[in-house]
Amino acid sequence: MTERAGSLSSRPKTLIDKIWDAHVIVDREDGQSLLWVDRHLLHEGSFHAFDQLARRQARLHRPDLTFGIADHYVPTRNRDTLAPEIKRMVDQLSDHCASHDVTLFGLDDPRQGIVHVTIPAQGLTLPGNIMVCGDSHTSTHGAFGAYAFGIGASEVAHVMMTQTIWQKRPRAMRVTVEGLLPEGTSAKDIALHLIATIGADGAQGHAIEYAGSTIRALSMEGRMTLCNLSIEAGARLGLIAPDDTTFAFLRGKPFAPKDEAFEAAVRAWRSLRSDDHAGFDREVTIDAGSLAPTLTWGTTPEQALPITATTPDPATILDAARARSISDALDYMGLEPNQRLDSISIDRVFIGSCTNSRIEDLRAAAAILSGQRAKVPGLVSPGSTAVKLQAEAEGLDRIFTGAGLEWVDAGCSMCVGMNGDLVPAGERCASTTNRNFKGRQGPGSRTHLMSPAMVAAAALTGRLTDVRTLARGTRP
Amino acid sequence: MTPLIVLEAGACPLPLDNVDTDQLIPARFMKRPRSDGYGQFLLHDLRQDAANPACALDQDRFKGCQILIAGRNFGCGSSREAAVYALADFGFRCVIASSFGDIFASNAVKNGVLPALVSPEQAEVLLAHQGIAQGEPLHVVLPDQQIRFGNHSVDFSIDPVWKTQLLNGWDDIDMTVSYASEIARFNQSDAIARPWAHPSRSAAQ
Repeated sequence: MTERAGSLSSRPKTLIDKIWDAHVIVDREDGQSLLWVDRHLLHEGSFHAFDQLARRQARLHRPDLTFGIADHYVPTRNRDTLAPEIKRMVDQLSDHCASHDVTLFGLDDPRQGIVHVTIPAQGLTLPGNIMVCGDSHTSTHGAFGAYAFGIGASEVAHVMMTQTIWQKRPRAMRVTVEGLLPEGTSAKDIALHLIATIGADGAQGHAIEYAGSTIRALSMEGRMTLCNLSIEAGARLGLIAPDDTTFAFLRGKPFAPKDEAFEAAVRAWRSLRSDDHAGFDREVTIDAGSLAPTLTWGTTPEQALPITATTPDPATILDAARARSISDALDYMGLEPNQRLDSISIDRVFIGSCTNSRIEDLRAAAAILSGQRAKVPGLVSPGSTAVKLQAEAEGLDRIFTGAGLEWVDAGCSMCVGMNGDLVPAGERCASTTNRNFKGRQGPGSRTHLMSPAMVAAAALTGRLTDVRTLARGTRP
Repeated sequence: MTPLIVLEAGACPLPLDNVDTDQLIPARFMKRPRSDGYGQFLLHDLRQDAANPACALDQDRFKGCQILIAGRNFGCGSSREAAVYALADFGFRCVIASSFGDIFASNAVKNGVLPALVSPEQAEVLLAHQGIAQGEPLHVVLPDQQIRFGNHSVDFSIDPVWKTQLLNGWDDIDMTVSYASEIARFNQSDAIARPWAHPSRSAAQ
């Protein structure tokens, strides 16, 4: 930190450095910097911070840079008749936003959706922005070259009152992915492979920049999936240098700059890339061509393997703590050592969450399900009301319902189960979400994380399935 | 925030890696106001399984313990500060682990809970120590960054900024407010440097 803080402007800088340096208000001797925050996103869970504000009798400082979104607790069905405790959470957010003049994308707003889906689609996520939200998957917005990270309630209260945040400059990690993604793989598989390789704490204390030809070829949806999962590798955030794909996505979006202001912004944004020869504290490289459809078998995202693999055997693991973790995870998941992953039966599927609920994700799942019947029940929750309407315009909803899956409204839904969308105890769910923690989808639930295409494949066979074997048989 | 300098208290071993914040407090308990107290929800679901090490929290010999010892990647996952509320309201002032989720550790410090980082080997030693398992107290000495028990001592790491905040019980917001003029100056120059950075409301719905 001290080494870099004193660096000359001529020294090559990473993208992380460039955004950081543009936001520093004060550098303290102890290594903490006070940073300006361009966007602050609130949701129903932000009530703890509003309570802190009330205790100090303070006002929210910059409502023009603050947006409220109802997503964590919102029902995905029957929105006309809310359960009392859900209604209390949704109303509480509305009341707090109203009393502090914060723009709210509430339950009935056409812009409603999961914060990390709807905010980028509104053009509120811009390259070079610093963005925070009381949600760890705020790293999603890094897909646009924004420096975006999740914070706790005390920090949310601090940002509400000052529009700034104290941070220590993170170490920089570059993850370079080169080559063409093989058939049946996507950004989700890159992320799960990375987490399995470096561990769920592998990037602690780091900000990740994703680079390489594979990353440049990803759509904005794919980039958001990848940056979203950075937190599951322990990183503070993940980001990608903005390019023509980014600018094309942002052009014409409601809150993005307009006309000449947009062209001027693009000229400025083009400098938001790591300089040649910029130094990274850690480098990881991935050969995209070596990837296979990947999924989790255990209770942490690092317990991920290609679908062609078998579950690990704790008896062959020398490290005692690791053997204990594997054994405990197998037990919780109801699995045996050395079991073929593609032999594991599932009870239901879920397609949704801030990781994989965008239009491209729904298209990928629908392409597998088209004209077929699922063997298990399941829920499809689009990431926003806008994504829902788009999918319906494309007829994707009829593919899902025709397959026997339920097509519902937008929200965090079964990823975290706060709204009552739960996987029953003991049931096994193939899920496009981000966390396979014990009980994450409901007490006793068993979660396998994978891509939308892999979830669709599992739905068709009723077991974990290599989408590539289906693709040959059933896809046009 | 109450300063933390020296802590002498019992320590509860939790020999688990990757204890995520969903375990520390399951999401369904987070609708309540903090004033209700979050302690009863700490590790709620793990404590339902009699075979889980988390059940130690309910044993008499760990009653009143203020230190938790765990494996690697403690507090990973969701940014929910309620995970720290559950620990603090249960009575914990210190968690010893071989690595921490970044957001959790930051939340902990803001609530006066010390995230003491030790090596994986030291974590194993502490987790396996018979005396600690019998409820013998540990001395956590923050100025020296040392954990002392019996004839042993183990050094721990902590970010120097967090150490100062814990020792003094400092609050960030008061400190930030003292920089009001610097913030105003930044806003002036930033408006020129990054005119595109604001949300454009011109065509917003």
